[in-house]
Amino acid sequence: MAQTNIQSGTSTDSSLRRQLAEFWYYFSENRGAVIGLAVFILLIITAIFAPWIAPHGPADQYRDAVLLPPIFQEGGRAGYLLGTDAVGRDILSRLIYGARYSLFIGIVVTCIALVGGIFLGVIAGYFRGWVDTVIMRLMDVILAFPSLLLALVLVAIIGPGLTGAMISIALVYQPHFVRLTRAAVMAEKTRDYVVAAKVAGAGPLRLMFKTILPNCMAPLIVQATLSFSNAILDAAALGFLGYGAQPPASEWGTMLADAREFIASGQWWVVTLPGLAILITVLAINLVGDGLRDALDPKLKRS
Amino acid sequence: MSEIVLEGRNIVREYHVGGGLFGKAKTVQAVKGVNFTVEKGKTLAIVGESGCGKSTLGRILTLIDPQTSGELLIDGKPINIAKDKVTTEMRRKVQIIFQNPYGSLNPRQKIGEVLGEPLLLNTKKTAAERRELAMQMLVKVGLGPEHYNRYPHMFSGGQRQRIAIARALMLSPSLLVLDEPVSALDLSVQAQVLNLLADLQDEFNLTYVFISHDLSVVRYIADDVMVMYYGEVVEYGTRDEVFSNPQHSYTKTLFAATPKSDVESIRARIAKKKAAA
Amino acid sequence: MSKLLEIKNLSVGFDTSNGMFMAVQGIDLSVEAREVLAIVGESGSGKSVAMLAVMGLLPKSATVTADSMTFDGHDMLTMTSKRRREIIGRDVAMIFQEPMASLNPCFTVGFQLEEVLRVHMKLDKKARRARAIELFKQVGIPTPEERLNSYPHQMSGGQCQRVMIAIAIACNPKLLIADEPTTALDVTIQKQILDLLVRLQAEHGMGLIMITHDMGVVAETADRVIVQYKGTKMEEADVLTLFEAPKSPYTRALLSALPENATGDRLSTVADFMKNEAANAGAAS
Repeated sequence: MAQTNIQSGTSTDSSLRRQLAEFWYYFSENRGAVIGLAVFILLIITAIFAPWIAPHGPADQYRDAVLLPPIFQEGGRAGYLLGTDAVGRDILSRLIYGARYSLFIGIVVTCIALVGGIFLGVIAGYFRGWVDTVIMRLMDVILAFPSLLLALVLVAIIGPGLTGAMISIALVYQPHFVRLTRAAVMAEKTRDYVVAAKVAGAGPLRLMFKTILPNCMAPLIVQATLSFSNAILDAAALGFLGYGAQPPASEWGTMLADAREFIASGQWWVVTLPGLAILITVLAINLVGDGLRDALDPKLKRS
Repeated sequence: MSEIVLEGRNIVREYHVGGGLFGKAKTVQAVKGVNFTVEKGKTLAIVGESGCGKSTLGRILTLIDPQTSGELLIDGKPINIAKDKVTTEMRRKVQIIFQNPYGSLNPRQKIGEVLGEPLLLNTKKTAAERRELAMQMLVKVGLGPEHYNRYPHMFSGGQRQRIAIARALMLSPSLLVLDEPVSALDLSVQAQVLNLLADLQDEFNLTYVFISHDLSVVRYIADDVMVMYYGEVVEYGTRDEVFSNPQHSYTKTLFAATPKSDVESIRARIAKKKAAA
Repeated sequence: MSKLLEIKNLSVGFDTSNGMFMAVQGIDLSVEAREVLAIVGESGSGKSVAMLAVMGLLPKSATVTADSMTFDGHDMLTMTSKRRREIIGRDVAMIFQEPMASLNPCFTVGFQLEEVLRVHMKLDKKARRARAIELFKQVGIPTPEERLNSYPHQMSGGQCQRVMIAIAIACNPKLLIADEPTTALDVTIQKQILDLLVRLQAEHGMGLIMITHDMGVVAETADRVIVQYKGTKMEEADVLTLFEAPKSPYTRALLSALPENATGDRLSTVADFMKNEAANAGAAS
């Protein structure tokens, strides 16, 4: 008996490893996704170790070094690799600390939208009927507004600030998750294994969240990755409009807003660098999302 | 001896089709007043082609869908799930096995959990007891305890069907509804599963309702045969009666359409072809 | 009789995440004109893959090798892919297991049939319509003028398979490959479709390859049979010999696993049979 237990233990280990190996096989076929993943991991490391990596504090002002250009341009100084802004803060340090904001926003927004969306979607897809109609029409109403505009209205109601921005963006993203979950649940609900669980005596709650939901996760994970990058983008947009994180926070969108006056002047680095940071981050995460879809969607596999 | 496990009296199942915003709702009768009895330890085969209502009837017998009218008696007790809740006691009496072994197991559930779930939901057994029973059942259906921690995708179609059978037997039911249990399987595996079903029937004195479109399988396994055509029973009798002396024209058509693989038929066919050429 | 299709030593491998998987290993196969060849095997025997390789329908991950592959005197191995498509579209036709899935749900069946006639036969509009009606009559679809305007979902599975057969024989192919043509259909419909296929084969003088797992279908249609198991050929014989005196132990096992051949209470399974064979071989040596 002991021997068989050991055997079965190793077999699950190897099966997990094989699943992971298979996942990696399909994921790594998409070279863009691997590059995206590398960039994303680098970003996470940067965010975690920001205080050790950054040469200066994000809010430290150096009066003697206002609007210095990056080091590779004439007039750059060794202490400030990517130059400084209008009040003498080191841009590199601010960008490094800004990564924390962006990741935080992405995680919080995605989690709220995901949890709420899954909950509503599973209920709508499982019960159908009037419950479904009410939930879905409500989602249609949210979808009927341009997303940024709706987020702005919500922020105006909740009050400007990072928390308000995150909650409103999460609300705006809700319908996508609800729809996706509902469609997946409806497809899975008619499968024989669900009927079998019902015959075994499983109640609606168990059927919804234990039997059906785990089989609907693949498209949700992909959608979550894409929302992650969209959330960063929207938070930056809200920051730029002055409704997101408030100065002197080093959130990338807010940095852009502060630098608005330099768009037309010669100090290009103050504007370009935060924009570039947003671009690279969003691109990397989107690439990872594409790779995940290739690896997780059985329909795209082996065809 | 002739204890009746399952009895249906004039069972009807209706579906309402359409009736959305536009158009009138239509009522379709999938099962039109079916009567039958099954004795303990016997096998009733329900034969028919797709759309004849045999699977609908199977779902009514397994307490998945309610009948629209008529009486269903299991172990002599009438039950109508449209009116009363299915009790644990009733649940334990009837189990079902599906046609497609790839769809009937949850891909995210380990075999051990698949087998333990009915016990977890219907009994007060501890985790250790459930594990022990599941291991025993795995051995009984021809698998081993080492399969306990594996996922369904690691098994072949025949093995999955064995797992489905094991799950159905976990609650020691008296009645097993088998909805085309071997038609998705290869010929050699089909033979193994049919043998297993026969062995289990002997061991646990199980009663089978065997839904199938394959007459050769039915002839092999059934005691009584019921032929359905568009929701109606057109022929009902013992296996020998039905196969040796079919009464209804549809039953005769069905027999005539079944491919014959005996040497005489092949010889006759080839002779006919030669004559035509 | 002339060989219509002749393949020597065909192997097909698939590149998977766990290395190379050989689906077909060194199979010789030939079909004569006016002959019904059945390829029987269980799932995983590579019975469909061999024919898909001939049709050039395998995905890129597949590697096909063969010593020779000739169709109607043309060497298929050295042929350009354009030439190959021409020949395959016109002289070889294939029908599949799922008739509903093989038809495009967005177009009427008439449109899909006429499309084939337009591309391969270069007929004008009027001639296409006339030919389409004639074909529908041949495959036994009642009121063909009306049915041409139906969409696939408005027809039953059997009707759809008839449409697929009409499309397949539209260009008077020399060889028709039927991959499990009746597996998804009811018994009574299966009988009709099999009769139709055999009748059309005789009328048009086509070669017909039936790929199936069902010994009953083999018995009802084939002239000659190839039994395949795990990518290799176990036995090749004419149909009567195969059922009367099968040579390969695997074929014998398959036949004894048929429920109608059951002796006593238990069915003998292929596994039992293989074990017995091994024991006998051990005893003999």
